[in-house]
This record gives sequence, structure tokens and C-alpha cells, in this order.
Amino acid sequence: MKVKLRLGDSWLYIPLIAMAIFYLLPMYVIIITGFKGFEEIDLKTMWDLPKGIAFDNYIEAFSKLSPSLWNSFAMVIPASLISSALGSLNGYVLAKWKFRGADAIFPFILFGMFIPYQSIMIPLVQFMRGAGISGLPGLALAHVIYGIPITTLTFRNYYASLPQELLEAAKMDGADMLGVYRLILLPISLPSFVVVLIWQFTSAWNDFLFAVILTGNKDWPITVALNNMAGSQIISWNVQMAGSLLAALPTLLVYIFLGRYFLRGLLAGSLKG
Amino acid sequence: MNKKLFALLSILVIASMSLAACGGGAATEAPVAAPAATEAPAAAEASVASMGGAVEVFSWWTGGGEAAGLEAMQGVFAAANPDIEFINAAVAGGAGTNARAVLATRLQAGDPPDSWQGHAGQELIGTYVAGGQIEPLNDLYEAEGWLAVMPETLIPLISQDGNIFSVPVNIHRANVLWYNPAVLEANGVEVPASMEEWFAAMDTLKAAGVIPLALGEQWTKLHLFETVLLGTLGADAYNGLWDGSTDWGSPEVKTALENYAKVLTYANSDSASLSWQDAAQLVVNGDAAFNVMGDWAEGYFRELGKAPKTDYGWAATPGSNGVFQFLSDSFVLAVGAPDPEAATAWLTIAGSKEGQEAFNPIKGSICARTDCDKALFGEYLQSAMDDWSSNVVVGSLTHGVVANDSWKTEIDTALGLFLANNAVDGFQSALVAACASSGPCK
Amino acid sequence: MLRDKDRFLNILLISPSILAVFIFVYVFIGWSVRVSLSKWKGLNPDYTWNGIQNYLELFADPRFHVDIRNTLIFTGVFVFGSIFLGFILAVMLDQGLKGEGFFRSLFLFPMAISYIVTGVVWRWLMNPATGSRTSGLNLLFTNLGLDSLVNAWHTTPTWGIAAIALAAIWQMSGYTMVLYLAGLRAIPQELKEAAQIDGASRLQIYRYIMIPLLSPVTLSALIILGHMSLKVFDLIIAIAGKQLPLDVPAIYMWQITFDGLFYGKGAAIGILLLISVAVLIIPYIRHTLKTEAQQ
Repeated sequence: MKVKLRLGDSWLYIPLIAMAIFYLLPMYVIIITGFKGFEEIDLKTMWDLPKGIAFDNYIEAFSKLSPSLWNSFAMVIPASLISSALGSLNGYVLAKWKFRGADAIFPFILFGMFIPYQSIMIPLVQFMRGAGISGLPGLALAHVIYGIPITTLTFRNYYASLPQELLEAAKMDGADMLGVYRLILLPISLPSFVVVLIWQFTSAWNDFLFAVILTGNKDWPITVALNNMAGSQIISWNVQMAGSLLAALPTLLVYIFLGRYFLRGLLAGSLKG
Repeated sequence: MNKKLFALLSILVIASMSLAACGGGAATEAPVAAPAATEAPAAAEASVASMGGAVEVFSWWTGGGEAAGLEAMQGVFAAANPDIEFINAAVAGGAGTNARAVLATRLQAGDPPDSWQGHAGQELIGTYVAGGQIEPLNDLYEAEGWLAVMPETLIPLISQDGNIFSVPVNIHRANVLWYNPAVLEANGVEVPASMEEWFAAMDTLKAAGVIPLALGEQWTKLHLFETVLLGTLGADAYNGLWDGSTDWGSPEVKTALENYAKVLTYANSDSASLSWQDAAQLVVNGDAAFNVMGDWAEGYFRELGKAPKTDYGWAATPGSNGVFQFLSDSFVLAVGAPDPEAATAWLTIAGSKEGQEAFNPIKGSICARTDCDKALFGEYLQSAMDDWSSNVVVGSLTHGVVANDSWKTEIDTALGLFLANNAVDGFQSALVAACASSGPCK
Repeated sequence: MLRDKDRFLNILLISPSILAVFIFVYVFIGWSVRVSLSKWKGLNPDYTWNGIQNYLELFADPRFHVDIRNTLIFTGVFVFGSIFLGFILAVMLDQGLKGEGFFRSLFLFPMAISYIVTGVVWRWLMNPATGSRTSGLNLLFTNLGLDSLVNAWHTTPTWGIAAIALAAIWQMSGYTMVLYLAGLRAIPQELKEAAQIDGASRLQIYRYIMIPLLSPVTLSALIILGHMSLKVFDLIIAIAGKQLPLDVPAIYMWQITFDGLFYGKGAAIGILLLISVAVLIIPYIRHTLKTEAQQ
């Protein structure tokens, strides 16, 4: 149900393009630096184009990152799907099926977002060892659990804004709790799922702290490999920038893919139906 | 609703429903364990001992010459111990910041690697020996005859109560003044040997519109601070700061702090936004005349394609001629190492002539052993080898030799406050307090 | 009224999350509180009772005062900037322009890139050098004749942290945009059309219909951005290293815990952060829940 472009809106491209330039400036520096040689990196010439187009940095970065790529996917996909699903169910219950004490449960869960992860590294590692969960499953578990507050928040606030009549109609038709969820809420939650999946995928993909303490060198995800491209003393920013762009590509593809589901009118459609 | 949309929805519904089902059992791990199980093979435990065992070596050597050097040493190890698997558990992060946090967490959780990297000196002794986490290595030193080939001055710094606790692999020098020969010549400035000469030289340069001193972010200022302390106080009084025999509240220390405050006035205004690399680059580019940095800067200059003596020159920092302020990376044996024999085999290689000769030329440092082949090294490193064997040796503060971690952190915090408020008296009293709370002063 | 079956089902659905959060958040916080009340200094755990000594030391610590000031400035600039920019972008993209997908992905892309390099790029961009060494954005401004915009960025005394917030806005405003865009897309078109028929201008529609309806999204955005600004760490380290003028509690906590091995004091910083969050957030959530209940 695409809204027709009104001619009068064309002026919007002016601010949009201006914003695009703001967003692209740092990106431009990252991209051109990725093509530069080590001796070309200099603050004075940061805006200058590289002397030649050579893919050496990208090839070097890829060879260092590729062994970790699969580890990242194996951990990020279940972590983001599961925490999104949990968040959706929690949000549904907390917004629409409140039980006694539900209003206390919401802040209880939400508070978990603010925990400074650096300060709980030790009990986290001890717990995982005690429970016998190691490597990628442990890392995925950590991302699921520490993702629950933010996914619950997003879904609860979204569901809370939906009119109660929407549910009542389905209940009249005899749908039970899960039925209402499946038939009514799930279809119109798609934009929220997109929002939450973008968050979870990005934060799990880019996480370094949990990854480095919960996994060993055989199952390090890509961020650890990316960090490790830098030495402790001399850092080759050209290779580092090339590597960061490569490491960000899967996330960008997820954005582009999920972005297609920002459809307008899903809610309107279900209201009519 | 199109097909893809429907597929996505179905996946989510299935995931949600299975979760709802699991909920009854209250098994928090179940949701993850299920999908993860199929992907787990890649995550199979790495440290399971194979026939010849395995050694997990933890370091922060992940990039550039350090990683290449470690790889070369690993090659030597593999040739001597073909049955032992070498697990390189290197984690990056500015001078090992991340690595040390990960290591501390692993040690507290009772999961030590077999061997790990640490700066020789109080960083090791104050942290890991005090924590009972590493084994003495006297037997290994005797069996390998290392006492005869390592500098005498080094051994007390890596020992406690007669026990030697680590195997130093390399030596870096901290008190190096890098300069641009062309800039000095164009302004008629000689390489300064004392603080007074340095100030005079920098006055001339400043008047000529050259940045006298290139400086970077805060840790490079701590590095500069330790060289000014050394240059003002001299080696004996400098050493006394760390064993309690020099009073941090003394007028001499105050002079050093005033010198430091004065040195800072010659620095570039944008120091807070430069890394050490950016700052060092200002010198070889001719924007600045001097830079004080450890001798890993030489490896950086060479990677930039610069030539020694023409594009950059070096000297001991003003007032520290004949003194070698060192730092060293060394490896330890964990208490409760999963495979102590394999770990000992690794340490044997780390301390061997062959291992150090493989590592150091690539890393851009000199051997901790004194019998390495000079021909393997470049011009600067050869001069450093000469100094290492002939100079008075003192330790670096910034790089973990002379002060334990707690003390160093307190000094760094005091320095941060000083950089913000420029109050020499407040700085000095904070340093006195730091020595009392975490150092030997009572 | 809830039917019996559903009455238990809802608790059943949410209980795994509650249990997981209880263990991974509250039990761990409990441990952290205990550490903050101990004398633990050094590598080995030491739970010797120390009362609130660590907290008292922090309150008296000038470095901690700088941290609080910086956190307040950073949070203010970052949260307001991201919400404002994100909302404007979302409204612009909601008009159904051609190329929406391109702009949306472009604005979101910074979020995908690791802090280690975005931090460094911003450090280069915000280089404050003057004269012949002018570079980064200052050079760009000079060449465009916008000399009045040239500034010292994050090396500005006191307000330097706001420049770091600018980099954070660049990285996170795309996500705020996505949050709002999803919210805007969920508002029934009929509401808008009805208002248009009543003669409301587009500005009025946003002012009186859209913004109030989006208040739950704004709440989500506030909380998400707020939690990021309290924890900001990697970005500052990448831009400026560890230095006092740009210090924040998360950096102090990291440094004092893992560099300095003062575990007790480090835990106390973490707990103070949590308490301040509780003080700020809980009344707000209670208010929101009450307002919702009244509707």
C-alpha cells in the first residue's frame, strides 16, 4: 500500500541529502583509508584519495577474519532470534495479559539493561563454568539473556500502544491467549521484530567483551579477530579499516534485508480483516 | 503477505512456541542449548590434551611485528616439540589492557592458561606472585644455564625472595629521545644532553615556529614523566623512588615535577587527540623536533619507509646518558597449569638463543639474552645492544617494571588531575599519598 | 477476565525470562554489592568487610566528580541529539519518497561498524591542530569558508565530552530513526486521513496526533539511549584514550578494576551507576504505567 509521492515533497531531498553527507563523511575516510598503504596514513592527508586502488588491505583483512566468520553466524543468529521471540512474548504478557504484580515485573526485567557488564565478568565466567556451558553456546546464552530487557521493552511499549479492541474482537471469536498472539499480534509486530532484530544482531555481532571472556581462540567470533588485527604497539589503520568494513557487511545486509519489512499498512490491513 | 515474510514469521512462531514449551521446565539454558548444539562442533574444547599435550600461551601480541615474531618463535617451538600443540590465545588491546582484564577474569574463575605474557618486574611480582598464581622457575634457569647469559641487573627485577618467576624474551628501551636531524640542523640546535640544554633548544625551536616536542594521549605523557623523573633525579635517586629510599615529598622531586610542567609547555596543543604513532610521525615529517617514546617507535619509522640517522636520530632522554630505562616482555608458568610439561617446553624455547633470535629482529626489540647475534639486527638495535650491556639499568614505570599495578594506576590518576589543573603541589602530595597507599612508603 | 488456562499460561510464558534475569542480573548484582563492601585489592578475592569505605572514597575523589559531570553532559547531548535527529529522519523517510530504502540503510550503517575504527576516524576528523597542520573537519570548514565552525572539538575544556557525544549521535541516531519509523508505520493511516479531512495541517497532525501516539516509542528510545550513555566506554577510548578530561565512570571502573586491581572500589562504581539509574528510571516507569492504566 505505497503512499503516492506528492510532487510537493521533493524538497525533502535537500535535507535528506545534506544528512546523507554528514553520515557519509566518516564513511568516506574509512573507505579511502582502507585502500591506502601504511606510509600514506597521515593526519594531513586524511581527505586525499589513495595513490592507487589496491585490494591488498582487504585481502589481508579477509584472510584474518574469515576463520571467525562462521563462529559469529553460529552465535548471532540463534542469539538474536531467541531473544527477540522471548521479548515479544514477554512484551505481550506485560502489555496485554497483566497478572497481579506484572507492573513490578516490567521494571524488574528492564533494570537488567543497565548492569555494567565489566563489573559482572567474574561471576558470569564462574557461572558458565559451573553450569558446564562453554564456547559459543555460552556466548549465545549471554546475548540472549542480556538482550531480554531491551527486547521486552521494545515489544511491551509497542503492544501497549495497540488498541485493546483489536484483541477483544479475536477473543470474541474464541481465540485463546496464544491464538490472539499468533493471529493478531504477530502479523502486525513485524516492524517491531525488525527493530529488535537489528539491535540484537548488531550488538551480538559487534560485542567484544563477552566474546573475549566466554570463548577460546578456536571459537572466537569476528570482533575478537578484528581487534586482534591491531597489535599492542604499532597499528596499521589501513588494514584495520578495511577489516572493519568487511566485518560490517553482514550487518549491513541484515539491515537491507530487514528494511524491506518496514511496510506501511500492515496494521490497517488487519484492522479491516 | 508474501512468501518470504511468511517464512520469517513461521520461524519466529516456531521459536516462540518451542520456548513457551520449554518454559514449564524452567530450564533457562534449554532455549540456547538446543540450537547451539547443532553448531557446537566448531566450538569443541581446544585444550583437550592430544598425545603430546598442548600449551596455551596467552599474550597481547596479535598484530604487526609482534604477532609475526611470536609466529617465528612458535615455529622454533614446533620444530623442537612436534607433538605439542601450540594454542596461541593472544588478545589485543592497547598495551595489553583488554588482555590483562581477560587474564584476570580467567585466573579468578580458576581457568588459567599454561603460560602468559607479563611485563617483567613489579607488574608480575605485585600482581601474580602476590596472588600466588605463578610458579618459581629457578630449576629451569639452572638447567638451561640462563643465569650466565641474562644480564645480572635483570634477575633481581624478576625475582622475589630468591625465586625467579618469569622468562624475559625481549628488551625495549623507554628513555629514548627521537629527533629530526634536519630540523635540528636548520635551527642550529644540538642534541641536548641535560634538561637545561633541552629547554634552551626547545626555546630556539619554538621561536622558529617549529613544534619543539611532539606528544600524544595521556599514557605517552606518563611515559614522558618517567623519563623526566629519571633525567632530573639521576639513576640512584630514581631507583630510590620505587624502594622507598627517595622521598616523594622532597625538593628534588619537586624540581623534577616543575621540569615536567615546563616540558609540557613545549608540546603540541593537540596532544590529547594524538596516538603515539601520530605524535612520532610529526617528528619524521618535520613538523616537530623531538619526541620521547620507547624504541618500538623505531619499528614504526622503518615501516613508514624512513631511514635511520637521516630521517630520524636518537639519543638518551636529557639527563639520562649512560642509563638504560628498560621494559621487558616475559612469560610465566601458571600455578595449576593444565599441562605443566608442555608449558615448560614453551618457556625453554622462549628463553633460548634460537627462540629469542627468531623473535626479536622481527618484533624490533633486542634479546634479553646477551649472546644474540648482532648481525641479525638493524643499526638502531645494535646501538641499543651496546648500551644494554654497558649502561646502568633502571626500570620503566609506565611499562610495569618498577611499580605494581595499583600504585601505577594511582600515579596515572594523579597525573591526569595534574594535566587538568597544572598544580605542582597537588600533584606532589598525590604522589606521596600513592606511594603510601600502594607503594613501599609508610 | 482471564480464563483459567490463560491465567497460568501468561506466567508460564514469562517465567524463563524472569528466572534468567534473576540469576544473570540480580544474583550478579548481589555479588557485586558484596565486593563493593569489601577490601578486595589485588588478584585474589578478599571479602574482608570494609563497610561503605569504598563509596566514601569515591564521593571524595575529584576524578569521580569529573566522571559525573562528563556523564551528565554526554547523556544530555547524546540522548537529546539522537532522539531529535532520529525523529526528524524518520518523519522525512515516512513521506514515501523514492529511495527510502537507500537512505534508511545509509543512516543505519554507522551502527554496524565497530567502535575501534569509528572512534579513530572521529579522532582524525576532530583533530584540533591549527595552522599548517589543520586537518579533519576543521580543514574542511576552512576550505569551505566556514571558519566560524572551526573548534577544538573534544579537547575543549569541560565541554569536550560533547564532541564525543556527536560521534555517538552519528553512530546511534540511525537506530532511533528506525524505532520511530516502525512506530510511525504502526499508526493507522485512517487517523491521519480523518485529521486531514478536518482540515489539520501536516505540522498539526504530527504535533497533536503522531507525537502523542509515539510516546511509548520515545520512552523506549530514551531508555535505550540512556543505558548506552551510562556505559559509554569503547568509543571514548578509541577517540581519546584514557584521559581525565574525558573520563567517565565506565572507564574509571575498568581502569581501577583491571589495571589497578582495586576490585572493591571498581564494584562500588558499578553499584553507584545502577543506583543512579534506579533513581532516574523507576519513578518514570511507574508514572508511565499509571498513565497507561488510566487510559
